[in-house]
Amino acid sequence: MIRTVRARALVAAVALAAGVLGAGTSLGAPLGAPQGAARAQAPAAAELAPAADTCDSTRSVPPGKDANGAKIRKIRERGTLVVGVDQNSYHWGYRNPQTGMIEGFDIDLAHAIAKSVLGDPNKITFKAVPTARRIEAVKAGEVDLVIRTTTITCARLQEVAFSKPYFAAGQRLVVPKSAKATGIDQGLKGKRVCAAASSSSDTELKTDKHGAAEVTVVENQLDCLVLMQLGKVDATLTDAVLAAAQAAQDPTVEVVGETLLPGWMGVVVNQADADLVAWVNQALLDYKADGGWRRSYDHWLADSMGSSSDQYEYKQ
Amino acid sequence: MDNPPGRLRLAGAALAALVLLFGAVTAWQVTTRAAAAGQVATGSGPLSQDAAEIYRSLADADTTAASGFLLAGNEPAAVRQRYQDDLATASRLLAQAAARASASAEAQRWISELNQQVPQYAGLVETARANDRQGLPLGGAYLRYASTLMQETMLPNAQRLVTAESGQLDDDYAQAESAPWGAFALGLLALAALGWYQLRLFGRTNRVFNPGLVGATAALLAALVWLLAGGLVAGDSLAESRTAGTEPLRALDQARTEALQAHAAENLDLVARGSSDKYSTRWSEVTGALGGAKDGADRGGSLARAERLAPRDAAGPLAEARKQFATWSERHRQAADKASAGDYDAALQGTVGAGKNDTAEASFAALEQQLGQAATVERARFKASADGVDGVLEVLAVGAVVLAVLSAAGVVRGVGRRLADYR
Repeated sequence: MIRTVRARALVAAVALAAGVLGAGTSLGAPLGAPQGAARAQAPAAAELAPAADTCDSTRSVPPGKDANGAKIRKIRERGTLVVGVDQNSYHWGYRNPQTGMIEGFDIDLAHAIAKSVLGDPNKITFKAVPTARRIEAVKAGEVDLVIRTTTITCARLQEVAFSKPYFAAGQRLVVPKSAKATGIDQGLKGKRVCAAASSSSDTELKTDKHGAAEVTVVENQLDCLVLMQLGKVDATLTDAVLAAAQAAQDPTVEVVGETLLPGWMGVVVNQADADLVAWVNQALLDYKADGGWRRSYDHWLADSMGSSSDQYEYKQ
Repeated sequence: MDNPPGRLRLAGAALAALVLLFGAVTAWQVTTRAAAAGQVATGSGPLSQDAAEIYRSLADADTTAASGFLLAGNEPAAVRQRYQDDLATASRLLAQAAARASASAEAQRWISELNQQVPQYAGLVETARANDRQGLPLGGAYLRYASTLMQETMLPNAQRLVTAESGQLDDDYAQAESAPWGAFALGLLALAALGWYQLRLFGRTNRVFNPGLVGATAALLAALVWLLAGGLVAGDSLAESRTAGTEPLRALDQARTEALQAHAAENLDLVARGSSDKYSTRWSEVTGALGGAKDGADRGGSLARAERLAPRDAAGPLAEARKQFATWSERHRQAADKASAGDYDAALQGTVGAGKNDTAEASFAALEQQLGQAATVERARFKASADGVDGVLEVLAVGAVVLAVLSAAGVVRGVGRRLADYR
């Protein structure tokens, strides 16, 4: 009798362990654990490394401030937050040619996060990161965060972690007004189109050229505007917000047609730094709550993107 | 003809012809060398110096444009002036080079390509400035585009021009310095024939001296000595123009180009703001070549080489330049340390800070000024030595011809005297 009880207890303990470990291993089945238990674990695994084609791009670590987190402690010891930014995205992250300072909507957000983590918005080191190296720079630990109009995609989620969304994203077409284009396919038919290397637009053009005769890939989307002004390309496909920034710099070009790949932009963080992701998510909530987000929008973007920010703001 | 007077006449005519041939070959060979020496002094010599200066001006314009960008709204008038002077110098020298008829077809090709590209480049930089003034980042993108045109197309073209011009200069040196062997050989042959003929006459007539033939021999000997001495003098001047001018100038140009490349890498590293380690790597490479490896295995790099080859009066500025290089490297290291510690503004101030004289930029400017001074000295030395060599050679040719004609006249006269004996 005692033996039987012992045996039952053992079976129960093993089953429990299997469940906790998220089994689906060979241990679970012979012991009679239901197959459903193994399947129930599948979404949890997918959360860590989602499939490339379908995933929830707005999913992230729950917000929270854990001062004992390994990465947070490391940043505080160092005394400066290292942020990868762009210096060519007008109104987002750009070097003001008159002052030499890097400014913009993304930069305001970086300062807000530095204030939240280190108590001082200016304890921050900006590193310029080319479009193609955004993901690599975070993975290699060269920067703590990348805040650089980065669209959250399933493919990128397999390599890095993202914060909760902070702005709406999508890809749009910029053409000279004289081209009188109305839509993306119509505007690109037989034309030479330009995109930044490893951008969402680049990825889109690799799968579907939309009838373009030639695709020119450059380091930064702003190089496309130079080529367009010099008549070396006819159109540029880029992030909707950067398309608006191009139109704001050159009144002879316009943003036309529908938005491709609608999605969200997020802050890029290393997958190992879950504590930092949580902190950034909390900082984002605070930033919106104290009106910082809206003030930054009004300052940088209202002129070129409209006074209402509703369509761009992510509502939890 | 098969009688003594006939043979005598024939031999005399052959002797006179030989001596005259010597004169003609000498005139031809020496004037060819005079023309080559003239090319060294006023053609390929200045052209190759100009080509190096065109390269330097273009590279400096690009670097200065990057400094102006880094200084943003604080760009001092001097920086802008320097950029404009660089482009003006490049354009002026290109126009001069194109106007010289002696430039080779290959050189003309690079000159005409550069002539088209300079205005394109200037237009892009002005567009960059116009956008900068409106506070648009598009200006920075234009500057990158302009810089790519300079680095990937224009500077390689300028380098090809330098290579073509210095190749031409080497050819001209080789031609001007080659010994006129044909003239010497003919001269010695004529001398031997004259001697042999006089010996034969002596054997037959027992008359020791035939004044005409003795005069002819003396004139021929004088012509040979004249050729030898004049050739040595001209060769000496050419060698001097090479060792005090051309060769140290080439070493100096190498050092100046590397200093510019290092300066450009330094500025572009700040422009890139950590987005690439290409420029810091380039800085290490180029300053390594300039200052030499730490262990001194290559005897101190191109700066020390330029100093070693320099004539004495250029050594002072070059020793000073080496001190400036040490200061520059130290200031660069301090700024780079600040940049890697995350203090971009301090790095920027330490590198280009407007109106400050303890920056890396200031050290570079001082270094460049010393190198420029040394170049002026070496150019003057080149000019002093190479100028007039062609004149010396021309006088040499005329003298040799006159002496050869005199010698031939002596032969005719001497043989005429012997022929009279048969009447």
